[in-house]
Parts: sequence; C-alpha cells; structure tokens
Amino acid sequence: MRHTISLLVENKFGVLSRIAGLFSGRGYNIESLSVGETIDPQISTMTIVTSGDDQIIEQINKQLNKLIDVIKVIDMTELAHVEREMVLIKVAPKQENKAEVLRLAEIFRGRIVDSSQHTYTVEITGDEKKIEAIIELLKPMGIKEFMRTGKIAIAREGTKKG
Amino acid sequence: MKMTGAEIFIECLKREGVTHVFGYPGGVILNIFDLLYDNKDIQLILTRHEQGAVHAADGYARSTGKPGVVLVTSGPGATNTITGIATASMDSIPLVVFSGQVPTMLIGNDAFQEADIVGISRPCTKYNYLAKDVKDLSRIVREAFHVATTGRPGPVLIDLPKDVTASKAEFIWPEIDIRSYNPTYEGNKWMITQAAHLIAKSKKAVIIAGGGVILSGGSGELRDLVEITDIPVTMTLMGLGSFPGSHGLSLGMPGMHGTYYANKAIQESDLLIAVGMRFDDRVTGKLDAFAPHAKIIHIDIDPTSIRKNVRVDVPIVGDVKRVLTVLNKVLKEDIKEQWEEVRKAWLRQIDAWKKERPMTYTYSEDVIKPQYVIEKIYELTRGDAIISTEVGQNQMWAAQFYKFDKPRMWLTSGGLGTMGYGFPAAIGAQLAHPNKLVIDIAGDGSIQMNIQELATAVINKLPVKVAILNNRYLGMVRQWQELFYNERYSYTHLEVVPDFVKIAEAYGAVGLRATKPGEVEPVLKEAFKIKKTVFMDFVVYWKEKVYPMVPAGAPIDHMLFEEKEQKTEKKLKAVK
Ligand SMILES: Cc1ncc(C[n+]2csc(CCOP(=O)(O)OP(=O)(O)O)c2C)c(N)n1
Ligand SMILES: [Mg+2]
Repeated sequence: MRHTISLLVENKFGVLSRIAGLFSGRGYNIESLSVGETIDPQISTMTIVTSGDDQIIEQINKQLNKLIDVIKVIDMTELAHVEREMVLIKVAPKQENKAEVLRLAEIFRGRIVDSSQHTYTVEITGDEKKIEAIIELLKPMGIKEFMRTGKIAIAREGTKKG
Repeated sequence: MKMTGAEIFIECLKREGVTHVFGYPGGVILNIFDLLYDNKDIQLILTRHEQGAVHAADGYARSTGKPGVVLVTSGPGATNTITGIATASMDSIPLVVFSGQVPTMLIGNDAFQEADIVGISRPCTKYNYLAKDVKDLSRIVREAFHVATTGRPGPVLIDLPKDVTASKAEFIWPEIDIRSYNPTYEGNKWMITQAAHLIAKSKKAVIIAGGGVILSGGSGELRDLVEITDIPVTMTLMGLGSFPGSHGLSLGMPGMHGTYYANKAIQESDLLIAVGMRFDDRVTGKLDAFAPHAKIIHIDIDPTSIRKNVRVDVPIVGDVKRVLTVLNKVLKEDIKEQWEEVRKAWLRQIDAWKKERPMTYTYSEDVIKPQYVIEKIYELTRGDAIISTEVGQNQMWAAQFYKFDKPRMWLTSGGLGTMGYGFPAAIGAQLAHPNKLVIDIAGDGSIQMNIQELATAVINKLPVKVAILNNRYLGMVRQWQELFYNERYSYTHLEVVPDFVKIAEAYGAVGLRATKPGEVEPVLKEAFKIKKTVFMDFVVYWKEKVYPMVPAGAPIDHMLFEEKEQKTEKKLKAVK
C-alpha cells in the first residue's frame, strides 16, 4: 500500500543522503520526496511517498526513526490530513485546441504562468487525483513536458492517530 | 585557554578515559601524531594496515566493553578502515574512528589523498561527522563517544580536516543533548507481564540468546531467568558466552551449523524467547518454516530488529539487562509456577535429542582432525582463554567445540563474516588483557589477509597465540563446492600455502608445527608456555567438513550429518 510519511529532520548537511541512502540501501522505493524549511530554521521537513506491505512500511517508519538526524516520523496515511502537489505543464496545442487548454486550466483552477507563440505553461495545484486528471486531459493537446513537485502533506487540526 | 584542534582532540580522549589508540599516520593527521609523540596518557598502537587497526580496536572493545579508538590519515588510510568499520557495525561494536581529511578549503576539489569518507562510511556507521569548525570539535567528540556506546552500540566516524586540527579555540566540555536520539532502555511493563504469562503457560519453551545480552551486560539476569524457569538456552554465534556453554540447560548454537538439539528444540517449541538477537538468516533458515508452533517474545533495544524477519507475539523494546530484571521479578513474585513439573517432559525430550545426535566428529589416528585441535585447546585452557577466530570452517569449529562460559571471551565476526578479523582482534584483546591467554583460531586463507600484523604483535611484545587450521583450502567455500557444486573446486585450492613457521620466525615470533594427531597437544602446551607471539601450523585433514549443516534456504531441521558421508564412502570402497 501507498504511504505518505512526513519527517522532521535536523537541517544539517548530509541528512538528505542519509535518508535517501536508507531507502536505496534497503531496497525501499521512494515515489516522491520533497524537502523544505520549517518555522525553526534548524529543522527541515520532508514528505516521502513510498509503498510496501505492512511489514515493510513498519520497517521504513522504524528505520527512519532510528536515524539520528530524524526528530519525528509521522505516517500521514494513518491520520486525517491534507495532501497537495503542484505541477507545471508545458503544452504546445494546435491552433484549434488553444481555447480548450485555457478552458481546462480554468476548470482546474489553474493559471497560465508562461506563454509563447506555440506553448502555454499551466500551473495546477491539487491532490494526486486532480494532478493525474489534468495530465490525462492535456495529453491529447500535446504536452511537451511537465514538472511535478512531489507531494507535501499536513495533518488536519484536532485529529488523532488511528 | 585557547587550544589547537589537535590539543583539544587529546584532551577529549583523556576525558573519555581513552588509554589506547590504534592507528597509522599520514600527512593530514600529523598535527595529532606530533602530540602523541611525547604523550604519556595515550599509547598509539601502530598497526601495519589500517584494517588491522580497526579490527584491533574492535577486539579491544569486545573484550572490555569499552569503545575502541582508531586514528588514521585521509584518502587511502580512511578507505582502508571501511571493512573494519562495517564488521563492527554488523556486530554492534562501539568504535570511534578518527580520519584525517584535507584542509576544509580543499574539500571537494579532488585534492591529493582526498576521499569523501563521510559519504563512503555513511551506510556502515551508526553516525558520522565532518568536524568543519574547531569550535565544534569537543562537542562532536563527546557526542561520538556517547552515540557509539549507548542504545544499540556501533561505530562512529569523525573526519578531521587538517586546518581544524591546527586552528585554535577555547576548550569547552559541553553537556550533550541530542534531541533526536533517545534509545529506549526500559521495557514496557505491560508487555513484560504478557511475556511472563506466556512463559508460565508454555510447556516447550526455548530461549535464544544473542550478542545483545553481552552488550547490555545481562548475562547474570539471563542466568537468573533460566534458573527460575528451567528453560533451555541456545546461543547464536554472537551470543556465545552470554550463558555458560557447559551448563546443563545449554543447547549450544542454533542454525546453519548449530546443534541438532538446538534446532530440534526451536522447531518443536511452543514459545521462543529471543533475547538481544535479530533472527539472522543463518539462524532461521527458511523463514516460513521457522519455529512453526511457537509464539515469540522478542526483547531487543533496537525496534527495527523486531518484526524485521519473523512475526512476534510480544515485542519488548528495551535494554536486555533491565528488561530481564523486571521479567524475573514478575516471574518470581507474581507467577510462582511449579517450574520443574512444567518442564519435566520437555527437558526429557531435549535430553533424548542430545543423546540421539550429540555434537561429535570422527577422531582419526592418522590425520589431525581440526575439531580435535579445538577440543584440545578447550581442554588445556579449561575454557579460560579469550578466543578470536577468522572466518570459515575454523570459525564454525571453534563455535561448536569450545564451550564459552563467560561473556567477552569470544571475538568473532558474525554479521559481516570478515576473513582477516581474528588476528588483529586478538592483538587488541591482548593489549587490554596482558595476563590472559588470547588465541586466534585461524584458517590458512584468512590468516593471510592480515598476516602483516605479526609485526604489531611482536613489537608490542604481545604473546598472542595463533592456531592455524591449515587445510590448504578456502575450506568453507570448498565445502559448499563439494556438497552443492559437484566437487568442482573452482579457485578454492590455495596451492601454495606459505611456510607459516618461517613467516613467524621472519617477524621475530615463534613458529611451531604439528602434522600428526599426537603432536597437537605438545605443540599447544609449548605455545602456551612461551611468553611470545606464536604461530602454530596445524596441518589438518583437508576434506573435513563442518557438520551438522543446514543447506542455505532450507528449514533448520533439515540437517546434513557426517555419518551419511561415511556410509557412502564405505559403499564406494566396497564397490572398488
Ligand atoms: C574478506 C572475505 N572474503 C571472502 C570471504 C568468503 N569466504 C568465507 S569462508 C572463506 C574461506 C576461508 O578460508 P580459510 O581461512 O582457509 O578457512 P577454512 O574455511 O579453510 O577454515 C571464504 C573465502 C569472506 N568471508 N571474507
Ligand atoms: Mg583453510
């Protein structure tokens, strides 16, 4: 099963490689990973999306906890939480499809952040389903490339584990 | 007062109580070596290879319980430590390894003798540091010793750029506070009570004791547990010595080369009490056929060890010694079983297994059987020697035929299986225990991996004894080829084995040789009398194999025994 794991880690050099090394060394996969600062500049947060059976997920959580630079591990999958990801999609539509691209962007509450003679770059934020949906819809219009940030997640206030 | 980084380093070691450092010099670490030149408190043991230095520090640590300390230069000096660090890491041995590094301004420039040792050692250290600023040095050193020796112990590396050892800072000795590092020592009381109830209910319980018992100093508590409950104990390779091997309730070692009765007992048991061990594949064999009827209680300080390989009914995260103390109390005060009655049938069954297939070998009048050498060593030392081993058949025979009654007398590379470990480890142990008999049980292949440490032993007047079981083969690998690869001995015959007697003599040590069974005892006796480094070359029967054996991946009660082979050999002879 898929799990979104959120970490608080010391903001030190080498921490990312310790975490990446744990996953590669033990053969766990990382579907996405994003890193950022927190309010406390000495602490960073990471969101990792990974998958595995219950035993593997338990090991991943424990192994992450065991790393000395990891302050806290929260398996978001067990909590009510909000997940978001952002994607930038560069589309090169034919003349007759340009309006459709703009319409889709609007339906998805996206924005056009760059345009050229032949391309639009659309910015979309949402959960995974929404991101996948817009990519599917834009594909026939001619996607040149897209960039995804990877997921970030935050627990809903007042929720308990379980 | 302002001190240089090198002076701070020395002061930190003093405060950590370090008296011996194992190392090898080089350009970027000279600031420190210069101070060691006339330092009275810290003795540097110059090995002949950095790998030897790390194994020696490891042997020092295993035999004393104190952390081993290593000091090497950058680049090749640092990379040479990796096998030793990985060895210590797999067996949870506390080490603090200091490596020199090129000056901070050159890091990342592919400078002369630069290696990213922090990156290279990351997966095989418990933690590591690059000390970039002399102001942080004392805190880092203090943290390193703390991390190496607490929780589940392990090696920690500190990389010291040359300019950091030269520049100055005020000396401080800060209290350490690592907010993200809090090992769990006390076991959960409710879980411990659950465990006690399972123990009370079980009819056919077995304890599997691992290296964690020794690391936590919990041998006495383990013995109490056994004496309260009358449960038999099997000790993993790392756990040998955690419970007296000569005790009536000892089952010897389980697993691939374990005893018949240990494996039988595990497979038939209704309760396994795993203490400070991690269910290595050499112990469990085929996982889904392992202990099929047993409930499992697992006590370990490292939560990741629990439920990594096997299902567990009662997990207890905590320090073995403290958990067992509480468990024993609960068993004694709250449960009060008639333990003897409960165990009677089970212990009778175990005795029957012990009689059915005891741990034996076939003695020969004509050729030296390697097991005979080990038996004789045990007999002559009365079990009171520190034994290290190399890796291969020599290691397994030592584990099978020497009985360890006390912890910290058995030094072997269990997790990594590092050939070349035993001799330098024996050197480290001998330094820590000048008056003890320290013996490396070696193979002719393995001993050649760190044979240069003869110089270290001789120069430091260390009377280490090395018993080489010389079969002219990489014997353990040859055994697999014989049993599973149609006797195709691909590159396991050593062809030219050097004259170990002459090698010893060339280094200024003593060399002895035995080629017939009758010479074994005299050679051992003479070696033990000599107060010098001694190599004993025992020319043993080359075809001898380690039995019993569970083929890799088979259930642990699917064991191969020696007798089958004797029968087929007899048959072959009859046909001829
Ligand atoms: C550094 C290293 N390389 C390779 C191996 C694989 N290996 C395991 S046992 C063994 C043979 C050891 O030969 P020897 O030291 O003569 O011991 P014997 O089995 O003959 O007693 C080898 C090559 C190892 N364990 N360690
Ligand atoms: Mg050999």
